[in-house]
Amino acid sequence: MGFNIIVLAKQVPDTRNVGSDAMTPEGTVNRSALPAIFNPEDMNALEQALRLKDKFPGTTVKVLTMGPPRAGQIIREALYRGADGGYLLTDRAFAGADTLATSYALSAAIRHIGNPDIILGGRQAIDGDTAQVGPQVAQKLGLPQVTYVEEIKECAPEYVVVERHIDGGVETVKCPLPAVLTVNGSAAPCRPRNAKLMIKYKRALCPAEKTEDMPYASEYEKKPYLTLTQLNCADVNADLSQCGLAGSPTKVKQVENIVFQAKESRRLTSSDADIEGLIKELVSSHTIG
Amino acid sequence: MNNVFVYCEIEGQSVQDVSLELLTKGRSLANELGVQLEAVCIGSGIKSVVDKIVMPYGVDRVHVFDDPRLAPYTSLPHTSILVNLFKREQPQICLMGADVVGRDLGPRVSSALTSGLTADCTRLEIGPYEDKKTGVTHQNLLYQIRPAFGGNIVATIVNPDHRPQMATVRSGVMKAEILDKNYKGEVVVHTVSDFVSDSDFVVEVLDRHIKAAKNNLKGAQIVIAGGYGMGSREGFQLLYDLAKELHAEVGASRAAVDAGFCDHDMQIGQTGVTVRPKIYIACGISGQIQHLAGMQESNIIISINTDPDAPINTIADYVITGSVEEVIPKMIKFYKNS
Repeated sequence: MGFNIIVLAKQVPDTRNVGSDAMTPEGTVNRSALPAIFNPEDMNALEQALRLKDKFPGTTVKVLTMGPPRAGQIIREALYRGADGGYLLTDRAFAGADTLATSYALSAAIRHIGNPDIILGGRQAIDGDTAQVGPQVAQKLGLPQVTYVEEIKECAPEYVVVERHIDGGVETVKCPLPAVLTVNGSAAPCRPRNAKLMIKYKRALCPAEKTEDMPYASEYEKKPYLTLTQLNCADVNADLSQCGLAGSPTKVKQVENIVFQAKESRRLTSSDADIEGLIKELVSSHTIG
Repeated sequence: MNNVFVYCEIEGQSVQDVSLELLTKGRSLANELGVQLEAVCIGSGIKSVVDKIVMPYGVDRVHVFDDPRLAPYTSLPHTSILVNLFKREQPQICLMGADVVGRDLGPRVSSALTSGLTADCTRLEIGPYEDKKTGVTHQNLLYQIRPAFGGNIVATIVNPDHRPQMATVRSGVMKAEILDKNYKGEVVVHTVSDFVSDSDFVVEVLDRHIKAAKNNLKGAQIVIAGGYGMGSREGFQLLYDLAKELHAEVGASRAAVDAGFCDHDMQIGQTGVTVRPKIYIACGISGQIQHLAGMQESNIIISINTDPDAPINTIADYVITGSVEEVIPKMIKFYKNS
């Protein structure tokens, strides 16, 4: 009994470690100053998929990522950890997409790939923190969803039992398949890269990543698995008016740097006199006590 | 028609704080637009209970959907109710809480209605928007203002062409205020089967555990927060000692939570709790923007840090340059003496 699993993954700028050069003097984001990484919660989702593959022989795990050609790196990272293949959804028509247009494109690609039993993804991506794409993909495909998943407890041909985080607690739900599940960052971390798989897939590339003068061009003829599947707007039969900027109901009106109102601070030392003075002042103003 | 709607999140027979906060915000937006405020309450055994809770916040119409199958919350039936209700009522704005329920429901509803949704807004305002491409100026749009990119920028988002304009807001960001405890609005109890089909009830909640919140950070008058500079879980004990003396709550920065010094529900900041205490004592916190966003409205801010140039010091009223291990025991001692 195997499952067809698609893992949605996004390449994101690492907003957790933002340096002083992350913003340009004009106040826009300097994307080149931030390393591009595998969205952390998508890694947790990949791990849940790989665990099902370990448990149920015949299960296939394929990664679907939308982005520019360099997002092929996401697929390689997944292959190194045990995924069976991947799809890069890339087209200029997708540029400027908000979450709704992104979900539309991803759902078109999933229809094109066909017949998933389980679609997994991270709860949210760290560059937007919206948590919208999972539920929106589910709605577009007419599938049920379970968000904030901690662990897949049980998986049967017709249903899945998962533990999910809710505000102030946990919940166990049973959901029919096929379904969309989004996984929390507190779920099990993803396994590390496997050395053998790294050697095998080191040169795996999407067609868009290939260059004319590649030294290993002949390898791609001998080993078809080194050429990753690339899909564009036409391949997945996507309606252009629902893609990219045109298909995005939300518009960015303006973007500004955060400026905090600096205060006139009183500087104190850790001396007894300073601390005692401060406490007395706070007590006499009824701020404390 | 074209009113402001708030989805009220219900646990048992009570309405969550975040929904009451949004009713107050929704009331002021409705006043500015000259329209009515409507609330949607979906649950089990809530008829003739919830309307009395929400009405005093200035609600002109409460839509009640009461059915044993509607609680606990599952995505599909609540989605169907909102989608079908909104098709009929054509709201211009819909607000919901940016917690687990709102962040599960909001995107599904927005996708079904192809309307835009902005997550985790920190401010909501009304204003015009000029579409530079078409040259058309839209009046009275909802400005959905939110931090983006890890809290490093603030973006103003608008939905010029699609309705409703949907936004989620975290708990504690807006303030709930009773408008008039005798406020009289209309109650509409809907027939649930007109909105939801049996096939929507496919997801089954097998088991559910809710623990009462361990802290009361949101409402605390005094907050003592620790950062990565506290060094360890044990290091936080000092903060609990001081908190006990001052009757304060202990919070933490994201870095301290990520390092495992304390529980996730203690996190203060853009992706955690927003606090507005009388006094905020930041201990070993450098002051990343995402943290400052959740505490900058504190009345008095005291920063204790070995680094005299810690970013948080610029917004602090008192900056104590020194180690937490030295300063806090002294604060306890002098407080006891006073």
